[in-house]
Amino acid sequence: MDQVTEEKLKGTARQIRRDIITMIAAAGSGHPGGSLSAVEIVTALYFKEMRVDPANPAWPERDRFVLSKGHAAPLLFSALAEKGYFPREELLTFRRINSRLQGHPDMKKAPGVEMSTGSLGQGVSTAVGMALAGKIDRKDYRVFVLLGDGEIEEGQVWEAAMAAAHYKLDNLTAFLDYNGLQIDGPIAEVMSPEPVDKKFAAFGWHVLEIDGHSFPEICAAVAEARRIKGRPTMIIARTVKGKGVSFMENQVGWHGKAPDREQAEQALSELS
Amino acid sequence: MEMVATRDAYGKALVKLGAMDPRIVVLDADLSKSTKTADFMKRYPDRFFNVGIAEQNMMGIAAGLAAAGKIPFASTFAVFAAGRAFEQVRNSIAYTCLNVKIAATHAGLTVGEDGASHQAIADLAAMRALPNMTVIVPADGVETEQAVFAAAGSEGPCYIRLGRPALPVLFDSGYRFRVGRAAVMRPGYDATVIACGIMVAEALRAAGELEAEGLSVRVINMSTIKPLDREAVVAAARETGAVVTAEEHTIIGGLGSAVAETLVETVPVPMERVGIKDVFGESGQPSELLEKYGLTANNIKEAVRRAINRKTERDGRALAGI
Repeated sequence: MDQVTEEKLKGTARQIRRDIITMIAAAGSGHPGGSLSAVEIVTALYFKEMRVDPANPAWPERDRFVLSKGHAAPLLFSALAEKGYFPREELLTFRRINSRLQGHPDMKKAPGVEMSTGSLGQGVSTAVGMALAGKIDRKDYRVFVLLGDGEIEEGQVWEAAMAAAHYKLDNLTAFLDYNGLQIDGPIAEVMSPEPVDKKFAAFGWHVLEIDGHSFPEICAAVAEARRIKGRPTMIIARTVKGKGVSFMENQVGWHGKAPDREQAEQALSELS
Repeated sequence: MEMVATRDAYGKALVKLGAMDPRIVVLDADLSKSTKTADFMKRYPDRFFNVGIAEQNMMGIAAGLAAAGKIPFASTFAVFAAGRAFEQVRNSIAYTCLNVKIAATHAGLTVGEDGASHQAIADLAAMRALPNMTVIVPADGVETEQAVFAAAGSEGPCYIRLGRPALPVLFDSGYRFRVGRAAVMRPGYDATVIACGIMVAEALRAAGELEAEGLSVRVINMSTIKPLDREAVVAAARETGAVVTAEEHTIIGGLGSAVAETLVETVPVPMERVGIKDVFGESGQPSELLEKYGLTANNIKEAVRRAINRKTERDGRALAGI
């Protein structure tokens, strides 16, 4: 990846992080930790890898992104606004009555949202369905899905993993936002899903492990996923929950809590 | 009398649909021989997906297929479709208002020997409570085919409740089912029986026998549980003054509840509910189970007499000015 591209992506990621903090602070509730941990992944997808047209969200040939960890809605909405699906000012309506930007993504309301998610484990099955439809129709669009590490404790994730490999869905690429924390504590303590790499490999997936905050590594992994034939790819992205805001990093308490005004100002100054 | 199971009619209807519309895809969860989706699999293997014993994932995949423009029919036993996968149906299909058709077979007690674990008795209550969901219970094979075609031809999520046993064919081939429109199967003015599914044939038998006692009983086939044909319910209450519902489902939350909700808001008349009395079933032959749990023509007849007695008492009190 050339330096100009990487710097541009970093700039976009910084803006998205600022929007995440601003919208959650304005709403007074929301999920900053798991939104901030996956900023580079979603930024790389929307601003480098995916074939989408914000002016035509229903374009049949578009690539699809499913946010299976739906509580990271602030991240998705910030990226969609930045991409031009709706005005950035609308981010300030997040979680408010009559807003298109619901607490968890609603595909019937917000332009660019491919699937309504929020109940963990369900988004990945719908992504399998979208990829399957692409195979039936012999279309070349790709489907990307982002899972949380705590989310894979849901049994449905493994039903979907089994099916994706069984149907040889090489047009499906999953990211695991492996930040190591869930609401009640470190996932290693609450309910360890380890060994994650071996589990997905055993389910028939091509598995990669990367630094989830490195744009070159994210894009190289997607390039490899595009080359793999006959099976889906799982990209295990090592991330830091709350990444970019010093007092939120690796703090389980910032899973689902809004910063107050002072905290938001400090966060924004760190992200300037 | 010709007998056809609604699940058999479903399998045949799917094959016809497959020829008419390339968007039709079918999913099953390792029960394709029982749900009869195997007929479609043989004809259109490229559009058939057996997801294995994973009903929750099946509903999610169906949602994703619908989001990409397909018209998926997802089939398994009703107890799993509306029970085990309830929250997937709620969040991935109903909330999203995606064009998924859930065709659930082996509903009710007539699953028989498999016992209570496999007898869906609360599926109508669960599905009816979901916004955006259309709920249909065909009464025979002819209506099943019509309902499958109607579901495929209208946008949005739909739950079609089908059964295991062979049922009498009630409709001729000229019958046209319409979503949300009840069919008056028999005229009458002393009372109305509003039934769905296998209980329609029982209601017709009951009405025939009551005629011999001098009672004129209207029979309505309420095959769409949601949206309910409120006009037919109100007309029945106005014109006959007593209503009995009959369903192979718990009396809580299904057809009886839907009719009661309508009556209390419009024309409150004496009403009786024939259904499973808030208990689980057990193993046994379908006919034995229907007898033991009170789902026969005789039970309907008794309920009609009770409703008419209540109406007469009420009318008498009104006349006496009490």
